[in-house]
Amino acid sequence: MIKTDVLIIGAGPTGLFCAHQLGIIGLTCEIVDNLDKAGGQCIELYPDKPIYDIPAIPECTGEELTNNLLKQIKPFNFNFHLNQRVEELKKVGNRWHIKTNGNKEFDVASIVIAGGVGSFEPRKFPVKECEKFEGNSLLYSVKDKTIFKDKTISIFGGGDSALDWAIELSNTSKVNLIHRRDGFSGMEASVQKVKELNEQGKINLYTKYQMESVLGENKIDSVKIKHDEGEVKEIKSDYILGFFGLIMQLGPILDWGLNIDKKKVEVNTENFETNINGIFAIGDICSYPGKLKLILSGFHEGALAARGCFKYAKPDEKLRFEFTTTSKAAQERLGIKND
Amino acid sequence: MPKITYNTHDDKTHTIDVQNGLTVMEGAIQNDIPGIDADCGGGMSCATCHVYVNEEWLDKLPKKEDGEEDMLDMAFEPKKNSRLSCQLIVSDVLDGLVVNIPSKQG
Repeated sequence: MIKTDVLIIGAGPTGLFCAHQLGIIGLTCEIVDNLDKAGGQCIELYPDKPIYDIPAIPECTGEELTNNLLKQIKPFNFNFHLNQRVEELKKVGNRWHIKTNGNKEFDVASIVIAGGVGSFEPRKFPVKECEKFEGNSLLYSVKDKTIFKDKTISIFGGGDSALDWAIELSNTSKVNLIHRRDGFSGMEASVQKVKELNEQGKINLYTKYQMESVLGENKIDSVKIKHDEGEVKEIKSDYILGFFGLIMQLGPILDWGLNIDKKKVEVNTENFETNINGIFAIGDICSYPGKLKLILSGFHEGALAARGCFKYAKPDEKLRFEFTTTSKAAQERLGIKND
Repeated sequence: MPKITYNTHDDKTHTIDVQNGLTVMEGAIQNDIPGIDADCGGGMSCATCHVYVNEEWLDKLPKKEDGEEDMLDMAFEPKKNSRLSCQLIVSDVLDGLVVNIPSKQG
């Protein structure tokens, strides 16, 4: 069990800056995120899109913003726990115990939920019977590509993941690539490669088709696909792969007893604490009158929530307000050497 | 003010006055029309404000940018008349527009 002052859920810009603010006031934290990297929506949804409304930064991309925030909190050496989704929450005395789906356990004085619109999960097929095969012969990510050797794989999607896996698996498997339109969103070089492999008979490309149904008992036998004009084809398949990007879902946080309205956690605007003492929510996930879904608002919320965490972490101490320009303590925490 | 009609998946019809300049997505969010999530807040990066536009309106709408079609690949059950409602800016031309909200956004 990892013991620290605060657990931050979500490593997006808001969570990262909140970590900075905790560090500045002398608290420690650990940061969990369901993605495999820090940055949240900035990295997952728009790494290359310029952002124009970060105060004093006329223009930066989501990736640059994330890298700068990571640099800003580097002196504190806080730990990241990536690919982890928080599952269980338990109150033990005046502490909180949290467990993730990767069985990491934390013992903290308070929690800051900076979860954006929820944790990123793969988007699934709309066809009902897909659930039955999910995790066995119907997959939304590839962990072990050797299972596909000499099998027939039907891949759905038109982005880079779908194209890359179609190309890769065509070396060792029979690959069908099915996409809802002629255009692809993946890289042009990959699109050309797929078209080449299609001409060589190494990939069967079906465009303007979407999944109609999946047939099979314990495992998939075939998949029916339907053309825009209505024609239905049945293609034999051992495995189905779906690559439709990620969608954000609130997940287990919904069951923690928080006041939630329209997928947002209600907070006060004094320190962004929720209806549960010791649990704070900041950034896109929180709601209060006048809430703006801007990164800069998340920074403000994180600064106040960090100070709200202080009384839970150090109940016997009083937090003094200080500026980083003049506070020796803050500068020491930042590793700045004063002569 | 232009009137926009949202048919929700529970077979209810909501006809709302939406100010010129707002998007069809914002009209739904501000009026608590269920079924439009708009997770990314209108950034054309999540496909959770997906709607089906009534056929007769398709030609009157602003053309799709590339990014919109790419995002629609990710939407739940996209069809030919699929649009992202965050990309439909309300104007007098769209007075009377009817959109149908899918059963799910993801």
